Amino acid sequence: MEIKVLGSGCANCKALEARTVEALDSLGLQAPIHKVTDFPSIVAYDVMSTPALVIDERVVVTGRVPSVNELRNLLAGVQS
Amino acid sequence: MTLLAKPPVSRRPILRSWGKVLVAVALWIVFYALNRPFWEWVVFDAAGLNPGTRFGSAVEFFVFDTTKILLLLGGIIFVVTVLRSFMSVERTRALLGGRREGAGNVAAAGLGVVTPFCSCSAVPGFIGFVAAGVPLGVTMSFLIASPMVNEVAIVMLYGLFGWHVAALYVVAGLSIAIVAGWVIGRLRLESLVEPFVFETTLRGRPIDLSADLSWSDRFAMGRQEMRNIIARIWPYLLVGIGVGAAIHGWVPEDFFAEVAGPDNPLAVPVATLVGIPLYSNAAGVLPLVEALHAKGLAMGTVLAFMMSVVALSLPELILLRRVLKPRLLAVFVAVVGTGIMTVGFLFNMVL
Repeated sequence: MEIKVLGSGCANCKALEARTVEALDSLGLQAPIHKVTDFPSIVAYDVMSTPALVIDERVVVTGRVPSVNELRNLLAGVQS
Repeated sequence: MTLLAKPPVSRRPILRSWGKVLVAVALWIVFYALNRPFWEWVVFDAAGLNPGTRFGSAVEFFVFDTTKILLLLGGIIFVVTVLRSFMSVERTRALLGGRREGAGNVAAAGLGVVTPFCSCSAVPGFIGFVAAGVPLGVTMSFLIASPMVNEVAIVMLYGLFGWHVAALYVVAGLSIAIVAGWVIGRLRLESLVEPFVFETTLRGRPIDLSADLSWSDRFAMGRQEMRNIIARIWPYLLVGIGVGAAIHGWVPEDFFAEVAGPDNPLAVPVATLVGIPLYSNAAGVLPLVEALHAKGLAMGTVLAFMMSVVALSLPELILLRRVLKPRLLAVFVAVVGTGIMTVGFLFNMVL
């Protein structure tokens, strides 16, 4: 599983990254988290509101920071 | 046992989250109604300050106004975020896709008001619109209307000054966004957009994840947005209310009416210029606006100040520099600034 956090370093992007780490830990999963901060790459995913979360090249969240619980469900769904 | 352990696929979690919201609404109403009597009792009876003194009235104003603004703000942000969770930037872009200039500018300004969009996303939003073929001027109408005509500001203007000021503000903000976007479109300044914007290709289908949210998700978004905005703007709020309280207690009535009344032609341009380096969203600047107006600063001047603070901010200009060349940025500031000053002068003549 490959995870990307899209966003140009705003406070919400850091929050999203932190919660994703927390959700991964609580599931006992290991996955690299890449930060994508340059605008052309962000927009290439057709994401217009940041932060966004991309799991295995699929955009699953845009423009908000979901709860750790919701992220757990998302990650567990991809995993299975 | 297995049957019992399996949670019924009922509406129970939905009912529970609606129940919580109803309890919160009831508490909100009680707090709002008791705000003034409670603080009057604390400041004048319990702490023994004299309501006739400047200090006493400034302290009472500060605590009362802080509580009132926080209550108003929290309630409004929650309601607006839940309603807005039904809209998305992706849907807005799809709606603007085939539009020409003119009608497109009007649609873009209107959608700018209702689409959930943070000015921190101005750059990806700009690229996403332009790369998808939305004309530059139409995109600009969206980007100007979005921070300027902010629903939180509309509701708070209504709460502080009444419906006619709120309505005037909406009409003025939309007009500026429509006209400024149209002018920028007419000037044919596409060559002043950084070339990479047009070279960006959008791969994959556009994503709209707003459709499959449950009510609990939407309420959670509302709570989160409330915390986020208040956490971000409370220093501005406290400074605004503190300055407001000082003005309330010490500055004589009608002080500004003499130095910066409607007759002074410099008042509006100065208010607009002062607003540019100041950065706050509309909700943060309103307590200050209320105090300035209470002391006789003309409504047009006050609104020009507020519009300049929210629509022309240095941090946002620095962000936009990533996609706009300096000359286009200068045109943007000049066109929007002229619009704001025009509105300020018009209001001072009309009100």
